[in-house]
Amino acid sequence: MQKRGRVMGGPPIYKKKFDTYGFKLLIMALPFFALVIMFCYVPIAGWGLAFFDYKPGMHFDKLNFVGFKYFALIGVYWKEILNALVNTLALSAMSLILAPLPAIFAIMLSAVRSPWLKKSIQSTVTLPNFISWIIVYAICSNILAFDGIFNKFLAMLGVKVTITTTILGNKDLSWYFMTALGVWKGLGWGSIVYLAAIAGIDKELYEAAEIDGANPFGCIRHITIPGLMPTFFVLFLLSIGSFLSVGFEQFLVFSNSLTSSKLEVLDVFTYRVGLGTQDYSFATALGILRSVVSIAMLFSMNQLSKKVRGVSVI
Amino acid sequence: MRTVSWSFRLIYIVNIILLLSFTLLCLYPFYNMLIYSFSDPMEAVKGVTLLPRSFTFGNYAAVCKIATIPRAALVSVFRTVVGSLATLLCCSFFAYLVSKPKMYLRKLIYRGTIVTMYISGGLIPYFLTVNAYGLRNTMLVYFVPGLISAFNIVLIKTYIEQLPASLEESAMIDGAGIMKCWWRIVFPLSKPITATILVFTMIGQWNSWFDALIFITKPELYPLQYILYKYLREASSISKIIAQLNSDVSITTVSLTPETVRMTITAIITIPILLVYPFMQRYFVKGIMMGAIKG
Repeated sequence: MQKRGRVMGGPPIYKKKFDTYGFKLLIMALPFFALVIMFCYVPIAGWGLAFFDYKPGMHFDKLNFVGFKYFALIGVYWKEILNALVNTLALSAMSLILAPLPAIFAIMLSAVRSPWLKKSIQSTVTLPNFISWIIVYAICSNILAFDGIFNKFLAMLGVKVTITTTILGNKDLSWYFMTALGVWKGLGWGSIVYLAAIAGIDKELYEAAEIDGANPFGCIRHITIPGLMPTFFVLFLLSIGSFLSVGFEQFLVFSNSLTSSKLEVLDVFTYRVGLGTQDYSFATALGILRSVVSIAMLFSMNQLSKKVRGVSVI
Repeated sequence: MRTVSWSFRLIYIVNIILLLSFTLLCLYPFYNMLIYSFSDPMEAVKGVTLLPRSFTFGNYAAVCKIATIPRAALVSVFRTVVGSLATLLCCSFFAYLVSKPKMYLRKLIYRGTIVTMYISGGLIPYFLTVNAYGLRNTMLVYFVPGLISAFNIVLIKTYIEQLPASLEESAMIDGAGIMKCWWRIVFPLSKPITATILVFTMIGQWNSWFDALIFITKPELYPLQYILYKYLREASSISKIIAQLNSDVSITTVSLTPETVRMTITAIITIPILLVYPFMQRYFVKGIMMGAIKG
């Protein structure tokens, strides 16, 4: 078969004739595309549930159409939803403020002269990225427990710890603590892309600057930072675009009865409404709003990027 | 070379110190977890800092006697190996198919797949859909929903498209079909990208637990991560098990505490990652730079 010299990537030569080869490809791809439809498109079609009274175990033919009842419920639960929204925005804002940290870390690391030391530091700080939030929680709950070594360390330093609660149960600290943990887990990983960008900057620029009498800081300010800006810009826009999806697993694992009011982000709230109290229709309505806002944000950030830099980020 | 003034030297040293402190901060929690799991539980309560207190393997021996743990380890290994390989093969073959310009409806299928990166039905519709397919309480739920990942498709397709076309052409002239071309030529040639994807998928599988939380109610199908989650969140379930283990002298040589059990399970989960970590290094830069490639 297929003896009509076809160039891969080029235009097919016999276009009008029915092409068995192209048809075979389609048939083979269909089962896989069926998976995409089954697990991505059917759930989207499930958005319809938000307009019906659906209770667990109900038959689909007994559904009652209720229109926007469940969207109106948002008005009823506005206090809880507002709280979840505030938490989401606050936690997103904190990680956005700290977005330059990986770039700074990469600049600091690139100043290290010994390749061996550089490599070792880089490998070690990337490690936390590869463990789950459950492991992070397990380790934290051991180290930060009442009698854990963190409190013992504080006592050794002479800090008077008047323990009423641990950091894990301290609701005033939980936003900051969660953000710090996010930095701890993601900093090394996030810096890899900047390290690669630094490695890609033309070395001659640095040599020229040195001849012109620039000191190491001048080089960083006038060569490295402008060189990293495009990367930073793209990643920053993407993280603004995904501000609604701040670390669901992290907050689900870390929230407890003491801190849940501060750590209940929108996703956790939806999870609790949907799978906790099994209010499927209401949770679906919340999910729809979240998806719509997310997509709108992502595309507006993309538009912004196209306007400012002429490049699309997605 | 220009002589660097003492102030820059000082800044350089401060820089190194800062970097090393953060490195230590990343390393020490793991070290502490390890030495805690090797300490005698009664001694460990006093706190472990640099070395294990009364070094013992007893915790591991005892934790492995908890009926659910060896089974959960098998589940975790199964989903990591089988789940990732299945995902990899499906993504690679599908990406190969959609990389062919001759395919009918190619644009529709490719774009229809890519869109799923940005739009999803949300948790509840997804949950109900997967339940409706009868995947609840089966091992399939761990990997079947994720068999086709749009992101992987983009990466593999981009890679396949820049392979030389002539190899495949000559195979076709010799009579090789679509499957054979993929399996014998394209799949081996795209090893650099598929190896990277395999590493990341495996880590993702080993680390996941949320699917078990929402879809699995049969204890024999729990992966390790979820067992740990339960032990961390439900104090009652762990204290019952410990009471049982401690009462039976033939099982344990140590008298366990909840904290030791948790840390030992944590170590059991983390040690495999720590062991393969050095070999994964070379895939990192590739892994993160892949995100920059667009389809």
